Amino acid sequence: MLRRLALALGLTLTPFVAQAAGEVAEFMLDNGMQVVVIEDHRTPAVTHMVWYRTGAADEPPGQSGIAHFVEHLMFKATDDLASGEFSATVEANGGSDNAFTSWDYTGYIQRVAADRLGLMMQMEADRMRDLVFDPVEVATERSVIIEERAQRTDSSPGALFNEQMAAAFYLNHPYGIPIVGWRHEIEALTLENARAFYDTWYHPNNAILIVAGDVTPEEVLTLAQEHYGPIPASDNLPPRMRPTEPPHIADRRIHFEDERVATPYVSIRMLAPVREPGDQAEAAALVYLSELLGGSGQTSLMGRRLQIEEERSLFVGTFYDATSVDPSGFSMVNAPVPGVSLEEAEDDLWRMVETFLEEGIDPGHFARIQFQIEAGEIYEEDDTQGLARSYGMQLTTGLSVADAEAWTEVLAAVTPEDVMAAARRLFDDPSTVTGYLMRPPEPDTEADTTEVSQ
Amino acid sequence: MIARIAAALVACVLALPASADIEIEEVTSPGGIEAWLVEDASIPFVALEFWFLGGSALDPAESRGATYLMTGLLEEGSADMDAQGFAAALEGLAASFDFDSYRDAVVISAQMLTQNRDAAADLLRAALTQPRFDETAIERVRGQVLSIIESNARDPGEIASTTFSALAYGDHPYGSAQEGSAETVGALTRDDILAAHRAALTRERVVVGAAGDISPEELGLLIDRILGDLPAEAPPRPGLAEFGLDGGTTVVDFPSPQSVAYFGHRGIERDDPDFFAAFVLNQVLGGGGFRSRLMEEVRVERGLTYGISTFLSLADLSPALLGQFSSSNDLVGEAIEVVRDQWADIAANGITQEELDAAIRYMTGEYPLRFDGNARIAGILAAMQSDQMPVDYIVNRNDYVRAVTLDDVNRVAAELLQPEGLHFVVVGRPEGLSPGN
Repeated sequence: MLRRLALALGLTLTPFVAQAAGEVAEFMLDNGMQVVVIEDHRTPAVTHMVWYRTGAADEPPGQSGIAHFVEHLMFKATDDLASGEFSATVEANGGSDNAFTSWDYTGYIQRVAADRLGLMMQMEADRMRDLVFDPVEVATERSVIIEERAQRTDSSPGALFNEQMAAAFYLNHPYGIPIVGWRHEIEALTLENARAFYDTWYHPNNAILIVAGDVTPEEVLTLAQEHYGPIPASDNLPPRMRPTEPPHIADRRIHFEDERVATPYVSIRMLAPVREPGDQAEAAALVYLSELLGGSGQTSLMGRRLQIEEERSLFVGTFYDATSVDPSGFSMVNAPVPGVSLEEAEDDLWRMVETFLEEGIDPGHFARIQFQIEAGEIYEEDDTQGLARSYGMQLTTGLSVADAEAWTEVLAAVTPEDVMAAARRLFDDPSTVTGYLMRPPEPDTEADTTEVSQ
Repeated sequence: MIARIAAALVACVLALPASADIEIEEVTSPGGIEAWLVEDASIPFVALEFWFLGGSALDPAESRGATYLMTGLLEEGSADMDAQGFAAALEGLAASFDFDSYRDAVVISAQMLTQNRDAAADLLRAALTQPRFDETAIERVRGQVLSIIESNARDPGEIASTTFSALAYGDHPYGSAQEGSAETVGALTRDDILAAHRAALTRERVVVGAAGDISPEELGLLIDRILGDLPAEAPPRPGLAEFGLDGGTTVVDFPSPQSVAYFGHRGIERDDPDFFAAFVLNQVLGGGGFRSRLMEEVRVERGLTYGISTFLSLADLSPALLGQFSSSNDLVGEAIEVVRDQWADIAANGITQEELDAAIRYMTGEYPLRFDGNARIAGILAAMQSDQMPVDYIVNRNDYVRAVTLDDVNRVAAELLQPEGLHFVVVGRPEGLSPGN
């Protein structure tokens, strides 16, 4: 039931072991394009992905949303393909394709029968450097993106609240700017902006090819050399020089009211370290902390006490993202039952933190989480696409294949003492952003149905 | 480069995998429960899907929401375990159980490691056959359900689909949300939940899909171990739902910069001889992907939406052809016009041979790619049994799609697509939607 409630609240529950296991092959083309192959011969299909080490956090000031805009334009014309022909060709070959943009990466994905891999590479290599920017297409696609923002963000008070939380949380780092962009800046994005972003970042030496499925590393290497190999590396690829976050020294609060809010909740966020190349132990301990403190609604400390024993919370949980280029956040969320105020819900969260620091860790609970991490490696093998995506995320956030492969071992080596030490560091007088998502005080209207015509 | 792509395309069409390369075994447990199995020992776990047909449509009107609440309580304590004890036992086995309620089925999806499969099966049996329905758990989960009902009442997409269903199906269970209302859920008693449990979970109406590291013999024993204590016989299902909605537009006021439009009319039965023609037609009209008529006309050409799609709803008791999109309040009226125009155009003029060929290529090529991992395969096996398909359906399905001709599609389009019969429910503050739309 809790999973469904969390979805209704607009909170994302990610499996706490979202990392890669298993053997992968890795190559580097002469032009600097990284190649990763994950074999899975159970189905005659492949997932073909190209990830660029650029995303919304790499945008020039004032052009929020340009990384995502370029992602949309990548489906338009190139010197060889008509607008829309890329997807049409994928579909005509019985495949499906899509793309995604985050703060740290932009990725393009096709899933097709294994014998179509060369065709996918041919088209993906074509649009890496030969995109054509047409003014009419740019204008229409900008409208599509404004509709996307309206649908995903402006229509959801939870999404608007998350956007406000991030903007308040980051004092200087662009993680505080929404990936889709601020509406007024999206409206002003130009063809020239898009072309400049594309020309800066879309090069083989800034790209990672990931192929997962019914292929051998040798086949992938041969095809990759044929299709991606001839594209010259950029001499002007800039380093990812982002504004960096100063220490947070003041607590900040936001109150966001929206009449569409159904379940008010409080969210508290504080800076937390992430996985660093060759140094993942602190992040691994925080993964355990998040699970022990606010993972399962029944067995975590917060779930057990606030949801089940004290019956003060509808939903309570913690969220920690271990994989990003720059430090991210550790969040605690509490949606109280009717009759418990947000102020009390906020106090409850801190009371649970204090309880955790005082009482320590139940060894049985810790052992179960360790076993789940171990078993996670078995279940992950069943989901090759997920594994491929996980590699893409890790490799575009500065980690290496070796880091990805070591992650499960690093997690397995965590001790309860490590978790307590990490918890004390995290909760030692942190500066936080505390947000209240709530409804305006006045009683709200019922939905009003009007028959316009029959 | 274009010539090379074209050449590759032509060369590949004939080489598309003709069918999913999987072998399905029909298994009957010693206790008489039938299952489909795809055995694959390469990863040491098994994925199981139990679909109990009937679902939340079995709710009596006055206790609407009982099946949904009951399903949510299955993981909240069984036998000698309370909610925490059950969750800890599940964690300790690193198994996963999902309990979900739908209009036509209660679906249980499970994944179990080979190394502790019997213990995991015992835990699942306890959840299904010995749920405690403790009063404290009922109150806690009731509170969560009430919160979901409140969320849905303030979600424009939910309001749109619920309003459409209410207009189309009235008092039939299909006419109301399976979560129930604050009133009905507030009044549910423990006896209502026990009754919902007795009605929904029976051996008579369960179909089972399994994939992974298990032999047919082991699977038969495992199924009996999990389901053997359930009652054999199921209560009757409700009658067919009459689709009682005519063409028109219904606006529901909602404070949002964008309107959600949910639309449709009557559909076609799964066992209709023209089903595959309608299936291909829907693909061209508004099926997934970027290349459908509606996606092309509403998004790509005019930038009126981020996404639009249509689908053949195969609800057991009333088929429908439905669709959904969102547009800014000042654009939604224009988008609706475009949808109606496309509906009318295809009904009158049909689709082209090129569109038909592209849809068939996509549908037949994409199908084998779905059999991707134990969890997905188990789900497909259960779904096919729930649709009463024969076991060779998966092998023959692409041939059925390929057999659809242009004449078939266009004849079905003229019958099925009713531009005047389309009803749009629009939730938002749409501008310029006037009577006569």
